[in-house]
This record gives sequence, C-alpha cells and structure tokens, in this order.
Amino acid sequence: MAITRDEVRKVAALARLRLEPAEEERLTADLDHILDAFAKLRVLDTTGVPPARALAEPATPLRDDEVLNPPADDAVLANAPAREGRHFRVPKIIE
Amino acid sequence: MSALHDLSLRDAAMRVRRREVSAVELTRATLARIAATEPQVGAYLTVCGDEALAAAAAIDRRVAAGEDVGRLAGVPIALKDIICTAGVRTTAGSRILERFVPPYDATVTARLRNAGAVIVGKLNCDEFAMGSSTENSGVGTTRNPWDGTRVPGGSSGGSAAAVAARSCFGALGTDTGGSIRLPAAYCSVVGLKPTYGRVSRYGVMAYASSLDQVGPLARDVADAAVLFDAIAGHDAKDSTSSPRPSRALAGSLEGGVRGLRLGMPREYFVEGMQPDVERAVREAVRVLETAGASVESVSLPHSEYAIATYYLIATAEASSNLARYDGVRYGLRVAKPGSSVGEMYAGTRAAGLGAEVKRRIMLGTYALSAGYYDAYYLKALQVRTLIAQDFTKALAGCDALVAPIAPTTAFRLGEKTADPLTMYLSDIFTISVNLAGLPGMSVPCGFDGDGLPIGLQLIGKPFDEATLLRVAAAYEGSTEWRQRGPRL
Repeated sequence: MAITRDEVRKVAALARLRLEPAEEERLTADLDHILDAFAKLRVLDTTGVPPARALAEPATPLRDDEVLNPPADDAVLANAPAREGRHFRVPKIIE
Repeated sequence: MSALHDLSLRDAAMRVRRREVSAVELTRATLARIAATEPQVGAYLTVCGDEALAAAAAIDRRVAAGEDVGRLAGVPIALKDIICTAGVRTTAGSRILERFVPPYDATVTARLRNAGAVIVGKLNCDEFAMGSSTENSGVGTTRNPWDGTRVPGGSSGGSAAAVAARSCFGALGTDTGGSIRLPAAYCSVVGLKPTYGRVSRYGVMAYASSLDQVGPLARDVADAAVLFDAIAGHDAKDSTSSPRPSRALAGSLEGGVRGLRLGMPREYFVEGMQPDVERAVREAVRVLETAGASVESVSLPHSEYAIATYYLIATAEASSNLARYDGVRYGLRVAKPGSSVGEMYAGTRAAGLGAEVKRRIMLGTYALSAGYYDAYYLKALQVRTLIAQDFTKALAGCDALVAPIAPTTAFRLGEKTADPLTMYLSDIFTISVNLAGLPGMSVPCGFDGDGLPIGLQLIGKPFDEATLLRVAAAYEGSTEWRQRGPRL
C-alpha cells in the first residue's frame, strides 16, 4: 500500500475537506493506484540535479507602489456568502 | 453568400471596419447560431446577449464616428469560464462558484475588448481546468460537435466545441497540461498555448501557477494569430508575464517552411497509438517535408516520467491555489448555525468541489506534506529540470518539433471517468511542453475511420510563437482539412 486510510484522513484534515466514508474509501484506492504508478519517479537517479525553479525570466519587473484596483465596493461585497452592512460575516473565531 | 457566422474572424472584423456589416448584425447572427447549436453541443455556460448587443452597438457608433476600433472590430468572441468578466458570472466549471460575479475583467478580457471584440458568452470547462474531457464540469455537459456521443476534450472543451460549431468567431482557453491543444485536436480547430510568461494570467482563476497559460482557439491559423496578438505582452499585474516585447505576428505567416529543420521526438511515436492517428501525423510531416522542411529524429529521453512529474507538481500547486475557496469572501458557503470556522471551511469545500478536484487537492497536499515532500514534490521538481533539458537539447538542432497531440481521437463520454489514471494518460504528449514552459500548438491534420478529428502538434523554442504559426500556416495552406466542418 502506498497510502493508508488513516493517512487519507490526515491529509483531508490538512486540506480542510470533509469526506464521507465512501469518499474516503474511494480516495484511498485512487491515491494508492496513482502513487503506485508514480513510484517509477523514485527509481530515477536525480543525484545532483537542481530542482526546477520558476520559469519566469530572472528579473522580476517592478512597478510603482500605487493602488490600481478600485477600493472594495458593492460589486465585491455582492459576492459575500453572508454580509452585514459593509462587512463579510463569518462564524465566531475566538471563544 | 455564406451565412455571417461562417466568415473568418478576420473577414468579419474587416467588414465591420468597412461598414459592410454592423457589429450588431454579427452579434445577432452569433446569438442565433448559439441558439441553433447549443441543444446538441452545450458549449456555453452563460450567454450574455444583452451585454454583447450593447457592446456591439457601442462599436458601431465608434465605427460610424470614424474611429479605429481595433483588429477584432465588432467580432463576437467567447471565453473559457475560468477567465473573469466584470459583471458576468464566472464559475470555473465549479459549483463552489456557480453564482460568482467578478467585479473586474481579467487582463486578457480587457485586451480583447480594447481590440474591439464583443464578449458573447462563457464556455464550459473541467472544474478549475482539471481534466481532459470537460466531464469534470460541475455546471454543464459539453458534447463533441463531430459526434455527440464523444467528449470535446478538455479542459477547454467548451472553447473548442464552440469554435468548431461556429457559435463564436474565436475563443480563449487555458492550457496547464494540454487543455487548449487536446480539445483543439478533438474538435478540429487551431489551438495555441503560448510560452509561459507570454500572456497575462491576471484575473484567470489559478490551477497550477508554474504551468498555466492563456491562449486562443480559432477556426484557422491566421485567426489564431490575430487573437494571440491581441492578448500577448507584458502586464504589470502578473509578475510572471515577461517584459520582453511582443511582436505582432498576424501579418507574417507567409514565410513557408523551406529550410526549416523539424524534429520528430522518437518517444512520441509509440506502441499503442491509434493507427489512424499515427498515419495522419506521419503524413502531415511528409507534407511539411514536401514543402521544403527537413525532418530529423530527435529524442526526449525523460518522456516516460512526464505524467508523474506533472501530476505531482500541478496538484501540489493546486492544493495551495484552491485554499482560497473557503466560503468566506465569495462563492458557496455551507455552515450550520453555530458551527466553527473550521467546520465551515470543510463543509463548504465538501459540498462545492467535485470528485476530481478533491482528488487533486488530496494528492497535492499529500505530496507537500511532512515526510513526503522530498520523495514526491522535490523529486518531481528535479525530474522537471531533466525534462526541460531534453527539450533544450532537442531544439538546439531544430527550429520546431512535430508530434501527435494525443494517442487517440476523441473518446466516448463516460469511457475514462472510472479510472483517473487512464484519463491522465490522454495528456501524455502535451504535458511535457508545459513542464518546459514552451509554446505548443495544435493544427487539424485529418480524420480517423469514424470521421473524428486528429491534431498535429508543433512545439517551439521559448517565445518563438512566430515559427509555430509559420509552420502551421504552411501546413494548413497545403491541405484542405479546415474546409470540413461538423454536421450540426
């Protein structure tokens, strides 16, 4: 087994995904099957090979530090799943 | 005279500029074509007829006032629904964003509008661009216009299907592992994935940021070049977009292939390929040879590791990028009264994300997690270096590479949904190009025994879209594949 059901549960918690028992079972089988097929990477010798870096050109272009986006307006707040006035409403975070 | 929806994008724009046809007439013709073809194709998730007609009327007023409205004057264009459009809902094919209305345009959307285009609608895709058949969309089903029992390819399946059905004059898609090129091949349209960094991704929902790129799908090579010219070039809002100037290419497709050196990667002509596909691609290479190109065999020795490398890197990036869909600022929220914020996150994501997206988030989270990072993610980054070096070596002695797009033609709806790995293998000839950051293109090169389209892949050096378009134009000019259209 490349991955166990217990590990799947831990990874789901890290990924903030609630899984139904049937999903958990299916994902364990799928990920096991996929990781098993990907095991061929582990036998390839990559000693001394540098990991690929971002492909963007070396010089990151800079721009002036000015606000280009409009300030939050009704079009932004209209997408809020829950709002109160001009605020996003969320569950209580601090007890 | 043929119907307005049959005009090329270039002809349509020229006629608007010359006031032979109005942008409103073109838009009405497109809306009528959408109404006629959508029951069979299902390419569109949203048709914005009112907004399009208003934009077309504004173009007509400016043309009447003698203004130069741009190369895409009044031409109805549609966008993969992962590209933001101000005031028009953008779902990324996901239930989690089913009612999301972006407050701003993506840079590519704004650039199309600036060039005079009329945005006529939003096109179906695999959820967050994760898939090879568009079957992972949580919002709609798209069928291949050539055969309604077949997939259009993915993830930009709606874009390819709409262009093939002539229900828009051209479209934009995104390509992270083949998502422009594969559906273009399956639907017999031209698709161009530009070099990483050539086109801005600002306002395009991120899947795997080191691989994602936006590009055109079009009825022919010259139309693809016009769309590419409109969207290419540096954007200060996307720091990965290259500052190097973008030269207009639409006017310089006529160079031919005489004297060009083309490489055929040995590893891309393998056992198990559908014989009709191999035959069509080899025949296309012969056509290019006859036109004056020299062809030699090259090797990309690490090709067999590409699928594993891609699916580890892409899913790792996706697991991070998709953390933003948490039910707080936009999109779906699922929470019982009194539930904690953690329960809200987990419940929202459980209800709003589809099976393949969850699978990729899980795989990526796993590959990045403590104890597995070195064995999976870091290892994949090292192999990515080897794959990129393969291309650098192969392209050192050639101007471009020629290859198939996929081992088969379009498969049946439902045929590959049971086993995710089988679906991943559809991308075997396209994903390495994204890993190496190179430009790639799909050009129609024939049909199999069942009348299903086949695509020829062209792969170029970084920022050398010019050579790809030139080879593609020479090939297209020597063949008659584009005269054929699906029966709708």
